[in-house]
Amino acid sequence: MKKLFLITAVSILLFGACGENKSGADEETAKKEKMAKIFGLTVFELDNGIGPIKEKLNLGPIDSKMVETGKKLFDVKCAQCHKLDERYTGPAQRDLIKRRSPEYIMNMILNPVEMVAKHPEAKKMFAQYPTQMTFQNVTQDDARMMLEYFRSLVK
Amino acid sequence: MKKKNFLFVLVPVLLLGAILYNCSNSKSTGNFSDAASKVYVAPGTHDEFYAFMSGGFSGQVSVYGLPSGRLFKVISVFSQNPETGYGYSEETKPMLNTSFGFVPWDDAHHPVLSKTNGEQDGKWLFINGNNTPRVARVDLKSFETAEIIEIPNSGGNHGSPFVTENTEYVVASTRFSVPVPQKDVPISSYKENFKGTISYIKVDKNSGDMNLAFQIVVPGFNYDLSHSGKGPSHDWSFFTSYNSEQANTLLEVNASQNDKDFLAAVNWKLAEKYVAEGKAKKMNAEYCDNNYDENTHKATTKKLNDVLVLNPKDCPGMIYYIPIPKSPHGVDVDPSGEYIVGGGKLAAVIPVHSFSKMLKAIENKDFIGEIDGIPILKYESVVAGEVQNPGLGPLHTEFDGNGYAYTSAFLSSEIVKWKLGTWEVVDRIPTYYSIGHLMIPGGDSRKPWGKYVVALNKITKDRYLPTGPEITQSAQLIDISGDKMKLLLDFPTVGEPHYAQAIPAELLEKNSKKFYELEKNKNPYAVHGEKEARVTRNGNEVHVYLSTTRSHFKPDNIEGIKVGDKVYFHITNLEQDWDIPHGFTIKGLTNAEMLVMPGQTKSVLWTPLKEGIYPFYCTDFCSALHQEMQGYVRVSSAGSNTKLLFN
Repeated sequence: MKKLFLITAVSILLFGACGENKSGADEETAKKEKMAKIFGLTVFELDNGIGPIKEKLNLGPIDSKMVETGKKLFDVKCAQCHKLDERYTGPAQRDLIKRRSPEYIMNMILNPVEMVAKHPEAKKMFAQYPTQMTFQNVTQDDARMMLEYFRSLVK
Repeated sequence: MKKKNFLFVLVPVLLLGAILYNCSNSKSTGNFSDAASKVYVAPGTHDEFYAFMSGGFSGQVSVYGLPSGRLFKVISVFSQNPETGYGYSEETKPMLNTSFGFVPWDDAHHPVLSKTNGEQDGKWLFINGNNTPRVARVDLKSFETAEIIEIPNSGGNHGSPFVTENTEYVVASTRFSVPVPQKDVPISSYKENFKGTISYIKVDKNSGDMNLAFQIVVPGFNYDLSHSGKGPSHDWSFFTSYNSEQANTLLEVNASQNDKDFLAAVNWKLAEKYVAEGKAKKMNAEYCDNNYDENTHKATTKKLNDVLVLNPKDCPGMIYYIPIPKSPHGVDVDPSGEYIVGGGKLAAVIPVHSFSKMLKAIENKDFIGEIDGIPILKYESVVAGEVQNPGLGPLHTEFDGNGYAYTSAFLSSEIVKWKLGTWEVVDRIPTYYSIGHLMIPGGDSRKPWGKYVVALNKITKDRYLPTGPEITQSAQLIDISGDKMKLLLDFPTVGEPHYAQAIPAELLEKNSKKFYELEKNKNPYAVHGEKEARVTRNGNEVHVYLSTTRSHFKPDNIEGIKVGDKVYFHITNLEQDWDIPHGFTIKGLTNAEMLVMPGQTKSVLWTPLKEGIYPFYCTDFCSALHQEMQGYVRVSSAGSNTKLLFN
């Protein structure tokens, strides 16, 4: 029974995600709340991941200095698993900022193990890329720099 | 009716058989039902103590949990380890350098934890190498060997590496006396030419770096074991010696002639002062000091050429001999620092000397003679008491902090518990078999943790399933929390468990390193990110800067290697999380596997001798795609034009 409910819920999510969003904002919120409940998350967590980033960021225009630092960090800490335009150990990253919210990106960098264990999107990725992403010993500031780098990749 | 009769006969026969069996069985019997719960550490939970057991002739240190007796790690110290690459990788080979060249093995006897105010501080573990005299220091954050220093003017470093109360010094006394300095002389000139030495190695209190501060030249006896004072006896160290006969052959008979041998009491504070005053003579001596740098992940050898030597004749008050019955072995100082317990292999009693009586005897010049400028104190003026009937062959003593001492008796295979002050034996328990050292967690410190004593046995015989002529060594865990000692557990050990030390887990586990930070990796061949992975050639020397991450190598296809090239693989593990080592090997590698911890770099030399394709792969199961973690090297003939290529 419980299983059936879960399957139905996931189907709603999938179809909902694929279909045109014709319903009002309220309906959208209600759907999200339902989803979040199924996975034991808050609506914020469903959109923005689980981890130290617990509220929306105020990003501002792209800062080129931060981009530079972020790129250096990415090359040392991430590039062994992620390329920009092709599948590697993990998914290609050029369009990351289009696929995920900035907060989600930072939470995934800072808290990958819990993300993969609990978040439906991260779980899905783990099924496609069967290597557990690890925390690469970076600070929250480091993750913010890398976010800036990802922002710079898409014009 | 018939059946009943049969049972009537059978039952008593079985009972009798069981009784006879129990009586004839040498193994301990009794009820172990509550012992099981005392050593049971539930799955997923941790032990109460870390125990560091010397590997004896294995040359290593093994790390066990107590009370479970579970083995966690074998720390490579004096012996090469092909499992990790220790002593095989270019970075760790210098650790085993000595003035005799590269020595791939030693006999490791006494692990000793560093102390502050006489209590365990959890910083370092020291251990002696007996054969080619050395002292090693193990870092207790990484659980890796950080330094090995050689001891010159020593024939065998047995009486070592016991520490002073604040780890100001690690001591080393020579078991075999030899000419000092070494020279070519007839062995029969022993009495004239052979000398002993007692060394003090200064330990930097922040870095742990060891430096040989000074040596004291002493008469040519066999210096055996040591412990330093604590509290009131802080300034002193005590060393046992045997063979005061100065025999050079058939010592088992010829070194057992005298009724008493000597305990050397050294005032190291005064020795320090004499060195500062310039009383020490600089003497030529070759020895190595090898340090492993955690940032470069690389060991370097420093060759040293001289040492400061003190002669007791020039240094009044620095050293005294105290008589001890019949070939003493262990010397142990109680937690208060007042009692000095000697263990005589052939003695019928355990003599306990008093530090305060010793000071008084020195003040009163209560001497019975002098050897080479070293006054001999009168036994009766120094002894505080003798433990009667302590078992045959009493060797070593540890303390529980509650006023009791525990002495191992080798010949009678038992631990004898006795009371400090009254010297009466209050309990004894058999061990299986032939106990050497024994260990109470913190039992040599000012703050013993009590609770357990571990018997470190020399003979195993029938205690475990047999495995041919060579069988495992044996340790036994005994509960000492009650009035009666109680055997809880037998557990096998790696190599000879010569001596051990244990420390509460909470003092170490919080500091245990999880990985090495890649940013801090200053190895000249490290790669910081895959972008730096590459292959370079300089003549016939090829350097492969290889990175590992789950689950691939970069590069993983290499061409243009030629037969006879010296190929160095420098493997950097780019992972930055706990428990993700990668291993490296290549077909036909006449060297060891390289086990590379996260953030670490290790280099291994490969000299291909035949053309062909050589697969390499990750040896440490790292992920679901571990089996995909592989690569190929193409080896061409020596004169070929195959271009150097890599992806």
